[in-house]
Amino acid sequence: MNETITRADLSQAVYEEVGLSRNESSELVELVLEEISTALERGEMVKLSSFGTFTVKSKNQRIGRNPKTGEEVPILPRKVLSFRASNVLKDAINDGHSEA
Amino acid sequence: MTKSELIQRLTDLNPHLKIEDAELIVSTIFEEITDALASGDRVELRGFGTFSVKHRKARIGRNPRTGENVKVDEKYVPFFKIGKKLHDDLNKD
Repeated sequence: MNETITRADLSQAVYEEVGLSRNESSELVELVLEEISTALERGEMVKLSSFGTFTVKSKNQRIGRNPKTGEEVPILPRKVLSFRASNVLKDAINDGHSEA
Repeated sequence: MTKSELIQRLTDLNPHLKIEDAELIVSTIFEEITDALASGDRVELRGFGTFSVKHRKARIGRNPRTGENVKVDEKYVPFFKIGKKLHDDLNKD
C-alpha cells in the first residue's frame, strides 16, 4: 500500500513469470517502453487493450501569465501526451479501493 | 500501434523469443501496473512517466439532457504524468 513500483519491480515480475534471465527480463521491459515511446514520437496512437490508450495531442500557442508577477508570456505550441484508461483498468482500481 | 503490433516488434527484434513469451512479457508488465494501481501504489518509470491514482469526491452531477440532479459516488481514477525525457523527445523538432 502506497509504495512506488519501478522498472526493477516490472523486471522482477517478468523474470518470475517468463523464465528468462534477469538481464534479459530487464532489457525486454526497457524495450517495451522504448517501442511505445518511439511510436508516440512518430505521432502514432498506442492502444493497449484492457489497459489504455496513449495519444499525442498538439497544443496551439496561447498567452499564459506568470502567476507571481502577472507578466504575460507566450506558451509555445507543443505536443502533450494523453492517457485514456480502459474500463478494465478503471474497474480494477475502483474494486481494489472499495475492498481496502 | 496495438498490443499485438508491440508483441510482433519484440519478436522481430529478438528472433529467439517465442511469440508466447513476448505475449507473456507484455501482459505481465501491464498487469503488474494495474495491480499496483489497484492496491494504491504508484508506478514510476523514469523517462517514460508515472502512473498514479487520484481520488474524486462524491458530487451532485446533472443530466445535461434533462437537467435532473444525479448523485455521483466517490471514485478513484487512474492518472498518467509524462516523464521529462519522453516529453522532450515528443517536442524535439
